[in-house]
Amino acid sequence: MRRVNKDQRVRISLTLNGRKMSADAEPRMLLSDFLRHSLGATGTHVGCEHGVCGCCTVQIDGTAVRSCLTLAMQAEGREVTTVESLAGPGGKLNKLQQAFQNHHALQCGFCTPGILMSFTDYLARNPKPTEEELRDVLGGHICRCTGYAGIMAALKEAAGLTNANEPTGAKS
Amino acid sequence: MSQRLGTSVARKEDPALLSGRGRYADDLPVPAGTLHAHVIRSPHPHADIVSIDPAEALAKDGVWAVITGDDIRKISDPFLVALKSPIHQWSLAVDRVRFAGEPVALVVAESRYLAEDAAELVQIEYAPLEAIVDPVAACKPSAPILHPDAKTNEVSVRKFAYGDTKSAFERADRIVKLTVDFHRLSFTPMECFVAVAQYNPANDSYDCMANFQGPFSTHPVMARALRVPGPKMRLRIPPDSGGSFGIKLSVFPYVVLAALAAKITGRPVKWVEDRAEHLLAASSGPNRVTEIEAAVTKDGKILGLKMDQLEDYGAFLRAPMPGPLYRMHGAVTGGYDVPNIDVINRVVLTNKMPASLIRGFGGPQLYLALERLVQRIAIELGLDHLEVIKRNLVPPEKFPYHAAAGSLYDSGDYPRAVETAIGGGRLDYLKKRRDEARAAGRKYGIGFAVVVEPAMSNMGYLSTLLTPEARDKAGPKNGATSMVTVNLDPLGAVSVTADVTVQGQGHETVLAQIVAEQLGLTPGDVDVTLEMDTAKDQWSIAAGTYSCRFTPGTAVAAHMAASQIAAKLKGIAAKQLNVLPDDVELVGGRIRSRSNPDNAVSFSRIAGTSHWSPVMLPDGMAPVISETGVWNPPELAPPSGDDRINTSFTYGFVFDMCGIEIDPITYQVKVDRYVSMHDAGKILNPMIADGQIRGAFAQGVAAALYEEFVTNEEGAFLTGTFADYLVPTVSEIPEVEIIHQETPSPFTPLGAKGLAEGNCMSVPACIANAIADALGVKDVQLPATPRRIHALMAQHGGVR
Repeated sequence: MRRVNKDQRVRISLTLNGRKMSADAEPRMLLSDFLRHSLGATGTHVGCEHGVCGCCTVQIDGTAVRSCLTLAMQAEGREVTTVESLAGPGGKLNKLQQAFQNHHALQCGFCTPGILMSFTDYLARNPKPTEEELRDVLGGHICRCTGYAGIMAALKEAAGLTNANEPTGAKS
Repeated sequence: MSQRLGTSVARKEDPALLSGRGRYADDLPVPAGTLHAHVIRSPHPHADIVSIDPAEALAKDGVWAVITGDDIRKISDPFLVALKSPIHQWSLAVDRVRFAGEPVALVVAESRYLAEDAAELVQIEYAPLEAIVDPVAACKPSAPILHPDAKTNEVSVRKFAYGDTKSAFERADRIVKLTVDFHRLSFTPMECFVAVAQYNPANDSYDCMANFQGPFSTHPVMARALRVPGPKMRLRIPPDSGGSFGIKLSVFPYVVLAALAAKITGRPVKWVEDRAEHLLAASSGPNRVTEIEAAVTKDGKILGLKMDQLEDYGAFLRAPMPGPLYRMHGAVTGGYDVPNIDVINRVVLTNKMPASLIRGFGGPQLYLALERLVQRIAIELGLDHLEVIKRNLVPPEKFPYHAAAGSLYDSGDYPRAVETAIGGGRLDYLKKRRDEARAAGRKYGIGFAVVVEPAMSNMGYLSTLLTPEARDKAGPKNGATSMVTVNLDPLGAVSVTADVTVQGQGHETVLAQIVAEQLGLTPGDVDVTLEMDTAKDQWSIAAGTYSCRFTPGTAVAAHMAASQIAAKLKGIAAKQLNVLPDDVELVGGRIRSRSNPDNAVSFSRIAGTSHWSPVMLPDGMAPVISETGVWNPPELAPPSGDDRINTSFTYGFVFDMCGIEIDPITYQVKVDRYVSMHDAGKILNPMIADGQIRGAFAQGVAAALYEEFVTNEEGAFLTGTFADYLVPTVSEIPEVEIIHQETPSPFTPLGAKGLAEGNCMSVPACIANAIADALGVKDVQLPATPRRIHALMAQHGGVR
């Protein structure tokens, strides 16, 4: 295990969305701050800094984690994936992102990246979830704008529980 | 899919926000050399500041300054207050702290981490004073006084009388009375406050950036505090904001604080609030104690009302407070045709965080009292609640309707809305569920709520706070000016700027729809830029996004600006097509002759004419490159000599109905079914409209059942994390069935009204009425937590 002095700035290297990157940081620096302010990946948002709201969710080696409860050093040498990685060439939205637009699953968009990163992980591990399971996972996120109905509709579409051609976000 | 106005056009905002390409305040670049600030806050609710010793903090590497109240009082003035009372608030506490969490000092350092470290080294000595947190007790002569110069905590009392309430009460068969307490809460946006400021000593000017939401009437408050003319207090607002719900108005004291820190340090200063600070000290909705009584006939007709509203604004009266007490004033009789009403409005200060804007803005407090009263009238007269509602609704033939206290309700058909909502088997279903539950010994109740939802505030409403004599002296205040600019670029592309601040309401999409509609284009052809710069964009004091002003205000200004452009383009095209302007239409990206559609030219060619070929303009026409629509409806008059005030411009209607059941084990209130009927006139984008309704509904549920800022008797704040302050997750928000009725407003060319706050007003009242019905109780304190429900049931013998 790497040992560092708490007052000593250290070089932290990781793979961000497939690209190797590194920057200097204090050992105590949060991963959320490191991603946003040292690496410029501002798509990850900070909502509460105590692990409740889920805005800052990213993936480390494919697993969703709260980047505000993770030190940047803990991601040393690992694969970090953030919301910036989701869209395809030319900015084409992926299935989950497109479902969010179809169902008006976002308003201000601040909590959205965290929810997308949670479900990118979850749907990869459990591609055929029930509505209850989707609800359980979404319970790890706070959205203040939408009342969640549009998000649930989007998740159901992305999980194949509803037909993509029948947007339901605006209706019930 | 149709792209027309009135259809669910997909949001233009979404692709960027879904891809991590939003540009929120903390994402934007700052100047090289920017310092970072951390606010040191008072641990005491009420104390004198004896001394502040920054020496140890200043000795640390990278620490530039520790700024205190003594520093800022020398170079700034207290914030302007709507009330002529010596309630002085600076951007840091001066001499005394008055609520737990009040900013006492600002540490400025080379990083946020360093600033927070240094803050722990600042030695502050306090001499604690007795705190007062209860609004009723704060009005007593024995209470400790927050602002000694004001000599009282009850800093404003105004009495209003409309009609002949005295004789209404004499004529009544019965008087029904109720005291209702509305609690403190905040709709805490997910993004906290951000402020960045620079100072230029060469011309004594400030350049600030913050996720401010308006109203821009607060801009002069900031400029005055900084002792500069408005143009020297430039404020930029980022293109994206992580929600606001009224709360981000309250970033303004921190904008001033960051500006002063920039002046003191000579470097740009950035401050980002964290969640603990936000919950502790950012902003709260005001709590209100309402004593309300109705004079009624035995068949349930309300002859007159009396209301005594005591509203608690916390430690200071920040602009534009006491807004919530007056924003609803003209519409204080809600959806009911009641000609006689006496109102007493009282403002009290206590040792709690200052209250300010919050979605619903005075509506939740008013309607909880009024709608609980109507339910009590039914109970006390032995009538059906719904029958009492129907007996008193403003009848459709009376529109436009002059409400007793001055509001001019533009349009509506309230009885039809109620009939539609209860129809389709919906009320029968609730009754069946209630009968079944009660037969099985369970506690089930049905609630109703009627709400008139105001939109776009009259900038003069707050002057109702002053006496007519004081208003005469000060001069009239009224109106609400909205502005939108439509621009044509050299290749004929269309772009739009507007006087709103982005918070997630989809304004970019709806503005593009409105402008495209007038110009024969699609929303995809119209680029909308909504970041704001007070130095370069069009704005009035009414600018910003609050009080549902977008649809009745900014949307209309966009329609006007686009119509102005269209009319001129028709003139230009007429000359080129050799037809009369009346024969020209803009359709499908073409400009053509109506009578001979083959005689056509592309939109972009005509739109670019003023840039390239002014010679081709009709004689006397100035180049058409930019048009600003300016909208100020005449209905927004100043308060009259007899204190009648048309507080808002449009008035929508909401009727809610729900069934709830009390869980016999956990005492949780469970919503079984919820129906919400809305008449907001014409709907511009149904998907976005329903999104706003669902969002307000969730916040209404939060207010009714979960969220509460709790301050104990000593003034300590107990809900400072998301583990204590319960923001609902998906599991806590029930389904809502939304029904629309469209009674267009006759006062706006779009016929559309605001609709994004109604459910914040209706849901607490509707759920409280359902609880009262379920338990047969009179007093229902919100939020109706399991602990409170258990206590109510224990008191009424309902606990097994």
